[in-house]
Formats: sequence, structure tokens, C-alpha cells
Amino acid sequence: MAAHLCYGRVNLNILREAARKDLREFLDKCAGSKAIVWDEYLTGPFGLIAQYSLLKEHEVEKMFTLKAGRLPPADVKNIIFFVRPRLELMDIIAENVMSEDKMQSPREFNILFVPRRSMLCEQRLKEQGVLGSFTNIDEYILDLIPYDGDLLSMECESAFRECYLENDQTSLYHTAKGLMTIQALYGTIPQIFGKGECARHVANMMLRMKREFAGSQTQILPVFDTLLLLDRNVDLLTPLATQLTYEGLIDEIYGITNGYVKLPPEKFAQKKQGEGGKDLPTEPKKLQLNSAEELYAEIRDKNFNAVGAALSKKAKIISAAFEERHNAKTVGEIKQFVSQLPHMQAARSSLANHTSIAELIKDITTSETFFDNLTVEQEFMTGVDTDKVNTYIEDCIAQKDPLIKILRLVCMQSVCNNGLKQKVLDYYKREILQTYGYEYILTLNNLEKTGLLKPQTTTRNNYPTIRKTLKLWMEDANEQNPNDISYVYSGYAPLSVRLTQVLARPGWRSIEEVLKMLPGPHFEERQPLPTGLHKKRQQGENRTTLVFFLGGVTYAEIAALRFLSQMEEGGTEYIIATTKLINGTSWIKSLMDKPEVNI
Amino acid sequence: MAFVTATWNPLGEAFYRKTEVYEMGWRLSSGLRDCLVAAAPYGGPIALLKEPQRRSPSARPQLEIYSSSGCSMASFVWKSGVVKHLGWTVSDDLLCIQEDGTVLIYDLFGNFKRHFSMGNEVVQNQVLEAKVFHSPYGTGIAIITGAFRFTLATNIDDLKLRRLPEVPGLQGPPTCWAVLTQDRQSKVLLASGLDLFILDNTACSAVTPPGLSPQVCSIVQMCVSFSYKYLALFTDSGHVWMGSANLKEKLSEVETKVKTPPKQMVWCRRPKSHQPSVVMMWERHLLVAGDLTFNLCYGYHLDEESVLVPELDGVRIISSTHHELLQEVPAACEEIFKIASMAPGALLLEAHKEYEKESQKADEYLREIKEQSLLGEAVRQCVEAAGHEHDIETQKILLRAASFGKCFLSNFPAEYFVIMCRDLRVLNAVRSYTVGIPLTHTQYKQMTCQVLIDRLVYRKLYPLAIEICRYLKTPEYQGVSRVLKHWACCKVQQKEESDEAIARAVSVKLAEAAGISYSEIASKAYECGRTELAIKLLEFEPRSGEQVPLLLKMKRSQLALSKAIESGDTDLVYTVVTYLKNEMNRGDFFMTLRNQPVALSLYRQRLEARLSLLQSAVDEYNKAKNEFAAKATDEEMRLLRFQRRLEEEKGEQLLGLSLQDTLRVLLSVGLNKPAEQLYKDFRVPDKRYWWLKITALADKEDWDELEKFAKSKKSPIGYLPFVEVCVKKHNKSEAKKYISRVTPEQKVKAHLAVGDLEGAAEAAIERRSEAEISMVLSRCLSTTDRGLVDRLNRARSTTAKK
Repeated sequence: MAAHLCYGRVNLNILREAARKDLREFLDKCAGSKAIVWDEYLTGPFGLIAQYSLLKEHEVEKMFTLKAGRLPPADVKNIIFFVRPRLELMDIIAENVMSEDKMQSPREFNILFVPRRSMLCEQRLKEQGVLGSFTNIDEYILDLIPYDGDLLSMECESAFRECYLENDQTSLYHTAKGLMTIQALYGTIPQIFGKGECARHVANMMLRMKREFAGSQTQILPVFDTLLLLDRNVDLLTPLATQLTYEGLIDEIYGITNGYVKLPPEKFAQKKQGEGGKDLPTEPKKLQLNSAEELYAEIRDKNFNAVGAALSKKAKIISAAFEERHNAKTVGEIKQFVSQLPHMQAARSSLANHTSIAELIKDITTSETFFDNLTVEQEFMTGVDTDKVNTYIEDCIAQKDPLIKILRLVCMQSVCNNGLKQKVLDYYKREILQTYGYEYILTLNNLEKTGLLKPQTTTRNNYPTIRKTLKLWMEDANEQNPNDISYVYSGYAPLSVRLTQVLARPGWRSIEEVLKMLPGPHFEERQPLPTGLHKKRQQGENRTTLVFFLGGVTYAEIAALRFLSQMEEGGTEYIIATTKLINGTSWIKSLMDKPEVNI
Repeated sequence: MAFVTATWNPLGEAFYRKTEVYEMGWRLSSGLRDCLVAAAPYGGPIALLKEPQRRSPSARPQLEIYSSSGCSMASFVWKSGVVKHLGWTVSDDLLCIQEDGTVLIYDLFGNFKRHFSMGNEVVQNQVLEAKVFHSPYGTGIAIITGAFRFTLATNIDDLKLRRLPEVPGLQGPPTCWAVLTQDRQSKVLLASGLDLFILDNTACSAVTPPGLSPQVCSIVQMCVSFSYKYLALFTDSGHVWMGSANLKEKLSEVETKVKTPPKQMVWCRRPKSHQPSVVMMWERHLLVAGDLTFNLCYGYHLDEESVLVPELDGVRIISSTHHELLQEVPAACEEIFKIASMAPGALLLEAHKEYEKESQKADEYLREIKEQSLLGEAVRQCVEAAGHEHDIETQKILLRAASFGKCFLSNFPAEYFVIMCRDLRVLNAVRSYTVGIPLTHTQYKQMTCQVLIDRLVYRKLYPLAIEICRYLKTPEYQGVSRVLKHWACCKVQQKEESDEAIARAVSVKLAEAAGISYSEIASKAYECGRTELAIKLLEFEPRSGEQVPLLLKMKRSQLALSKAIESGDTDLVYTVVTYLKNEMNRGDFFMTLRNQPVALSLYRQRLEARLSLLQSAVDEYNKAKNEFAAKATDEEMRLLRFQRRLEEEKGEQLLGLSLQDTLRVLLSVGLNKPAEQLYKDFRVPDKRYWWLKITALADKEDWDELEKFAKSKKSPIGYLPFVEVCVKKHNKSEAKKYISRVTPEQKVKAHLAVGDLEGAAEAAIERRSEAEISMVLSRCLSTTDRGLVDRLNRARSTTAKK
């Protein structure tokens, strides 16, 4: 199941296995049959660690969703609550426990806090008078969840909002803890680089924790050479832009959650003769997306314009493979052909799926709206007329297009102009408030607090300097056979990834000026290794860097980093970690004060 | 050397040996007579209470604690009630069980730790007899009261008293009883005459041992083995019945020919040995009884009053002058030292002796072993036997022989030998007279080095403990650091030294050690009432998670808050903040928070309900610095008033809609006047108003009005939107009316929108725009006129050339 985690440079399955081991140990602590009551938010991330079969092996017989009132009946010995340490959840648990039927045979209660137990929550349970009812109270340290062979995520949705808007650094603490777990499993990371306030904070906590754990260090040869911590607010531009890789577009359009995407079912209807699609399925089609699927691994990071060609090439290979059966003459040959059949059939269904997805996406990318939107984005990124009110945005507001689309564009213009003139800013804000309602003044306020939207304070716009120095715009981006990371946005090279690239070669010293223009400090720390653990690098052996995006990362950025890993002369391979996989829409949504309202 | 077997006695197939461990260092005036004695297993300490029955204030009993070698560790006059029983806990604490069921706990040095009661029933009926037992759950106590009822506590550290059910028909005290641990439960086995009962939590069940000899009228003594697996019963007929503790199997029955019940009876059995054997002691007589087939037993004469201490692999016999170990001779020792043994180990030992004498016989012996290819076995035997010997010289001889034999082996794993040497070095160190822990190798392996270190720490033998940790290369945080922590905890209790001196001494000594938990030390200091010292020590604690709770306990909330913030663990911060809120008055609370911006913002977010939307809007313009927000809110209020008025007048549902939506509704129902007014009042930009108006008109399909509107003024949004809104409503003919007015740049788009390819082509070619020509081409289908396509292609190539 998790084979795709082992293929990469770093075997992330070790992390998954460690997580599974902890889970098993906890489950075995509660002897006898059990029912799990889930904090619904956790089910997705847990799915990546353990399937139901693992739980079943450890006598989990029932699963419920945590909700107020009385627990559903279940003839089990243990009830286990799997919850995040949130006070409101504690109240629900207390209610559950107190309304337990005293007549029934007593069930033992247990709590597993994910990712960390909290004194505050236990205090609340105590106040509610139920703390004593729990046989086991434990924590399940699940900070970084392995998503793919080179990707870790904390799936902490509100991390950006908490860090940059609310000044709540809980997620950073978890990040630091998660990085300590990584170091316990993969060895001390000798070099730490970082850019941004939060990065600095995380690095400080890591160094501090290192002191706390002094004496219990593991003697493991370091797997990672470098850790790069990047604040999302160092690069606010990238997530605002529409991602143009295959995976990025799937996420932009349909949204990928915990490695799964839900798609409109029409295109996936089984084509049976005679029926002519009378009974179209109404349930959305749910597909898992990861590198375990060979075809997907091949095309996920391509620019969407190159996906068609790749799919048709693949189609030819597969039909050629099926044609082979006519050449199979001897029993041995037939046997060999048959033995390959399951693999070929899997490949064929995978091809069918992705062809359908590509068609769905193509319908959207060829639409005029998409094209116009992209044109404006690219104008902003290249610095065209960023200081004036943009007609396209005006028209979109007038037609009351989705608010998030508008906000993405306005923010992008602001970022690319290093702030908007007060007059322009006020005009946009007024337009938005009059059109979408005054309640969005809070959303606008949030955007201003996080720096996504801001009035110009200096007359000098430093974005062009940054763009030029870091070569953020490449005029001749090659979408089919890319030679630069800019292919992921058809011209725009994500700033965050450029910083990563420059760090590897020639080093940040060459761009001191630009680093100073970007927010937050940049720094370098070294963690001394015990003697005997210094790596002796083989000739031509690549370095491994863990890039941690604090506040989220987009699929296009991941694609760009994978591209850098594969570059022959690159010399560095990247493993990516983040607080949350985001796209412009989900990101802006997390900053809106009424995210539940559908706009 | 030659006399190794001198102390051996055969019993059945095995030999038993009695070796002297120590000559006791204590000087007991009247021996062990009239004393309550308790000696802890695993070579633990010995407690003596002399003349426990004395009660008069002028002559009180004396409580003394000694090491196994008889070195005094504590001695004091017993001033509490009458003690019925003494016992030791697994962590070397002394339990003194009084007549009234009160249990007093003392440490090794006679310092009082705490006390607890065994319940009201015990207070009322008094303790008749008590036993201390050890189970996987810790140390337990069993008591039988004057009312012949049992009360049990399985773990004194987590005290849960259990009163066992009544034994039916029990009129007097049971003749004997014992505590068993079976199926993770502690039970009592008792005999009343010939009847045996097992008492557990819920029931009393009668049991009968299989194959008990028929002459028996009463069971007068019983004992359970160290592992709780075996049971021995002594009967009034002088028979000893041995069997499994579950009473399912009989192992042996021996007739002792002594009818008086023994003073003490204990199992003496080596783990994995096949031979069951029980040691019984009468006043001056010791008897070892064993085997079923041979029906054998043999006796020793004792010079003075003694006490038997059962161990995992033997029995210790303590008298006022000597301390001896009686055990079955381990197989390896027997093989090697048995007279005329030809076992490989014995031959190897012989070979090495000859070698030392430089005699060629060494070679002959070696050959003999090697020919049977048993050299590996021989080495193993010598190493193992060395482990079982107490005499250091004998250990050395055996190890030398093993090392000699190893030379002739190429692939003998070294660890076995090395580990044994290390173990022995540790064992010899702790066995030394001054330390007085006479552990056997088997016991040491069972109790683990970790526990041994703990034991040394309890005895405050810190230097030796550290020495051993260093020698065994125990990881620091389990070894040296742990010992140092205990040392420091002990140090902070020294009242005569000043805070500064202690803090300095502790920090100097602990500076180098990694992973020290200073908070535990600080907590100890706080318990002793030395708050200042505790705070000083906490400064050294690297883990804030440990600092904060203690600081709160000591009421240093300010410090706790800043430590919590420093740690970055927001949960800690919340904890402190909640604590502060409960402890302080509101003013102080906010003053404290104000100095800590992080805490303040966390407080704002999590602890009070989120400020409602409106409240925060009010906040905004209260600040009055944000002009924009103030204006916007003002506008909002105007809009709300306007909507309410219109609703009253015209009955349209408007309240809560945005300005844009209000306008849309008004326009769509034809309320143009109020719409105009809103447009002016709110200074809606022309562009947006035009968009609104034409969309509304198109939605109503009011084409005439739309045309009129188009002609009313020059459109600020151009005329493409007119085309688009018409197309959206599928009215292409209306749409076409506006194409002529669309700006040249947008003409191609307009033509395409109404599906006029030819028009689009014309426009594109006219504008000579490659991109636009391509766009038109991309819309061409296979059904499109070939001529048109060709024309476009030609035009594209000419524009491309330029």
C-alpha cells in the first residue's frame, strides 16, 4: 500500500511505520474490543497512516463521529476518542461520557490526543468532572504525515492564518516538534537555512529542543544535509497565481484533499453498448492521486499543455502492448503475456481516468474566462500597469464573479506593485464592499494584516528588482520540454523555489540585496554532529535538502522542486514538507472571516 | 580449590551447597531471639525489632536496620504501637504493620516516609497475622484479623483495600495461610485442619491437593515458591507435600519423621531445575527435603537461632554471627567440580592447571576435548561456572581456563566471556562487605542492572553507582545522569547548607551530565520548603514543559508565563493564562498580560469567545484612525436604512443584500427611480452601474429598453458587454445590433460571440493580428468553408512574415 513512499531518495516509509507502530502500541494498551470516536477532521490524515484493516486487527469493531449527546450503543469494552486538543471538543466528550447509560455494562474511556496532549484540555475535562473516567490519556504525535515519496504535510489548515494573522504560534511549535521527530529517525540535520520570522522562530525552538533532549541523541548517519525553512509570507505571490501543472490544475479546479480528488461523474460513466449513458452515476467519482500510479507520477508535474502529448504517447504504448497477444505463439509466450495482463489492465484504466480528467480540465482551460484571467495574472507578474485600477477586475466585480477570484487578483496586483496607491486600494475595497456586502470588511482587513493587500508606503516599487534579480519571469518558457522551473506557471518561476535553487548554487550571498527586500530575517545555523557521523560524500552523490514551507505550499511549487531534483547538473535532491498543501483559493478562504459562506 | 566440593551434599540427582556469604558485622547481645526480623530478597537490607511486645514508656522496643553484611544503617527507639509484622517493599522501603492495622513506611535509613491504614475492620478486630508479598503490581500486604477475615492490598503505592469473602465454618484462626498470585490476581490460600480454601475477590472455594498421604489430619505449615508456581504443605504426620500452586499436580511427597511444625519453611529451587526441594527449619535443625523417587532428605545442625530468606535461586540463612547461602549446585559447577568428572569443562580446567605448571599434559587434556569437538562447550561451561562462584579466586581460575580454551577456538563469540567478566566485576563490587548486597549472578540478571543502580542509589552509594554506570557504559540519561539527579535530590535536603552553596554544588556537579531533570530536583527542594533554592535550580532546567507546572505550584506565575512563552508551546501558555485568570483579579491579570504580547493575543483568540463581526467593526471605527472603515461602516448603515424604507414602501425583500444586489433587484423589478437614487447616493462607478443595468435588462429580455439605454449616452464599458449579455440570453440577432459599435480591438471577440466566423475573419485580417487570426482559426471546424480557412491561413503567414 505505501510502497510509493520508499522509492524516493529518502525512505519516508520509516516515518509512516514509526507512526503505525505508535498507533498499534496505543491500541494494545486498551485491552479488549474497542470503538473509536473520531474527531472528523482527523479521519483524512489518519487514512494516510493506517487503513481500517490495521485498526480491525487490533480489535477496533466500531467507529463513530464525535458529536454531542449520547454515544451510540456498541458492545465493546473500550471507547477511544481520537481528537485534536481543542476545548470545544472536550465539552462534547464530557457530554458523551456523562450521558453514558449507567445500566449498561461499563465501558472504559480513553483519549488519544493528536498531535499532542494538552494540559489545558485535561484541565477542562477536570472542570467538567469527567477526567477521572478515563483509563488512558495519551498523545499520538502525528506532526508530519507522509503524503508521497518526497512530500510531508502537517495538514494544519489554519497554520498560515494563525501565524501571520492571529500571532498564534502553536503550529510552529508542532513544526519544530515534527522536525525533531524527523531528526530522531533520519539523523541530525547539520545545516539549517531559513528566511522569515516564523522560520527564525522554528529554528530557535529546534535548537532549544535539541538542548532539552541532550543525552538521548540517536546515533544515526544524517540522511538530510540541509534544512531550508521558508515563510510563506516571503513569497505571497506564488500561491495567488493559477497553477498550470496537471496536478496543480486538478487542485485549482476540483481541490485535492488528503490525496483524494472528487470529480464530476459524467465523464467516468461506464460506456456500455445500447444504453447510451441513460443512468449516469450521480455520486462524484473519488480517485486517489499519488506516485504509486505510474502514469500519474509521469504526468502530474508536467505543464498541462504537455499532458495531451504524454497521454497519447502512453495510449500508443499500451495498445501496442495489447497487440502483442497476436505475436504470442508458444504457450510460454502466452503465459508471459497473461502474467503481464493485470499490470496492463491497470495501466489502461489509469490512462482512461486521466484522459477523462484531462478532458474536464481542458474544457475549463480553453474557456475565455480562464484565458482572460490568466492574461491579467501574467500582466501583473510582468509588471504591466500594476499601479492603476484594472479594467478586467472592475468588470469581474461588476458581474459579481466569485469573490475569491477577485481577491486573488487584487492581492496579486498589490504584491506585484509592492502595495497599491491608497486611491486604487480604496477604490477596490469600496467596489468589493458594495458588491459583495459590507461584512467582507473583515476579510479585507485580514488580507491587509497579512500583507497580501497593502497601501503603498514608499514610492519605490521593489518588485521589478526582485523579479529581475531572481529571474522570476522567463519569456520563452518551454512547456513541453522544460529547461527551467518557470514552466510550472508558463513563464513565472515561483519565488520560493528560486530562493531554494539559488541557495543550492551559487548560495544566498549572491542575492543579499534581494533577501533584504523580502520580509523577515535570513539566517544560517549549524548543528554539530557527533564525531563519526560526518558523511563522506561519494563522487557525484547528490545532496539532500528538506524544504519546509511554513504556511503552505502549492502543487506547482512542488513540481518545480521535483524538476530541480531531476536536473542532472542540479546536484541536490529535495524533500518537501509543509504545514498544509494549499492553492490560492483554499489559502484566501482560510483568511476569510466567514469561510463557511459560499461565495 | 580442591575443597570446592567440601560443602556439597547430595540430594537425589543434584547436590546442594551451603556457602558462607558474610561473617555478620553486627554485635547482637542476645542473638535473634525475641526479635521480629525481615530481610528483603535480592540481598536486600535486614530489619530487626527487638522485643516487639514491650509497651511501657520506660522500655520501648528498638528498631534496627542493617545491610546484608550486618553493617548498621539505622537504629532508633520504636515509639509507635505494637508491631505485628515487618516487611520490605520492592523499592527498599520498610513496612511496619501495627496491631491496629496502621502501616508505617520508613526508608533504608530509618526516616519516616508516610503511613496508611488497612481499614476500619482491621482497627476493630486487630491484626492477628500479616504478610508482605510481591507481585507484578508492586508490594502488597495481606492481613488476617481477630475476626478471621482477610484484608488485602495488592499495591501499597496505589492503595485499594479488598476485604475477602468469609470462609464458611471457620471458627478459629486458620492453621496456616499464604498469599498466591494467579491469573494476575492475588489470592489467599488457607488451611483449617485438613481443609484447604482459596479466597479470591469474590469467592471462597475449597480445594484438595492431589495425592496427599492418608494419615494426615491437619496441614500445619505451607509455603509458596518465589515464582508463585509451587506450593509446599507440611502436615501433622510429618509429611511434606510438594506440588504446583494451582493444586493440580503433585511433584513429590517426603516423610520427615518430625511431627512438630517447622518454625520456617521455604522453597529452595533454582529456576529451570527439575528438582523440587523445600528447606525447613526447627530450633536448631535444618532439613532439605526433595525428590519423589528417592524420598531423601538431609539435615544440618544449626549453632544458633537463624532466619531463612527465600531467594530466586536458593535460600539465605542469617544467624547472629553468619550469613550463608544454601542452593542447589548449578549444573555447570557440578559438571566441572564433581569428583572425577570427565565433562569438557572439567578437562579444560585440568588442562589449564597443567599448562600453568608447564606440563605437556595440558596438551593431552586439550586433545581429549578437541577430539570430541567440545572445546566450545568447555569454554562455555567454565564461563558459566565462574558466574555462579562467590569466591573470587575460583572465579579467576575458571575464567583463566576459559580464556585459555578460547585461544584454540577461532569462532567463539567474544561477548559471552566479556559480559561475564563485566558482570562479575560489578557483582564482586556490590558483594563487598561494606556494600553488602550478596547478589548471585542469576539474581542479578533477573533484577537487571537498572534496578541494581536504583538500589545503590537508595543506599546513597552514589560514587559506586556512577562508577558502575561508567564501567558498563550505560547511556548517560539512564545511568550517570539519573544517579546524579538522585544525589542532587538528596543534597537539597541538607538543611545545614545555604541555598547558594547547594545550588552551586549541584550545578558544578551536574554541568557535564546530559539529560538531567532539574525540575525533579527543584520539586524536591520545594517539598523541603526551600522555594528560593527551587527557583535557582529551575533555571538550569532546559525543558520548559517541566519548569512551568512547578513554577505555578510555587506561585511564581510571572516567571511561569515568561518561561511558557519562551518554550513556544502554546498549550503551556494557555495553561498559565487560565491559571492566572483564576488566581488574579482582573486588573492584575491584564497588567500581567500586557507585558507579554504573545500571551495577550493568544488570550484574545482562544479564551474569550471570538469578537463578533459587528463588535470588531465597531472597534474599527472607534479607533477612528481607519478612515476608510469608518466611512464604509457609515455607508453600510445608510444602506440598511434605505433598504428598510424601500421594504416598507414597496414590499421588496432587500434587507441584508449588498448594494450591488439591491440595485440588481430594483432594476429587475423596474424600480428605476430608487435605483438611480442609490447609484447617485453611493457614488457607484458608472462602469459598474452600466453592467448592472444591461444585465438586468437582458435578464428581463427588455430589448427595446436595452437599445434605448445603449443610445442614451456613450457607454463607459464599451459595447462588447451588450453583445455578451444578449448572447447569454441566446438572442444573437439583438447582439448583432451592437457589433458595429464595438471597438476595433474587441471586434473579433464580438463576432465570435455571435458565431459570425466570417465577420470575425474579416476583422482579424483587417487588424493584421496573428494572435486574433489564430484564435479565429481555432474556432473553425471541419464544416467551415475551405475558402475562409485558406484566406485566414494566408493572412496569418503574411502577418507572421512581418
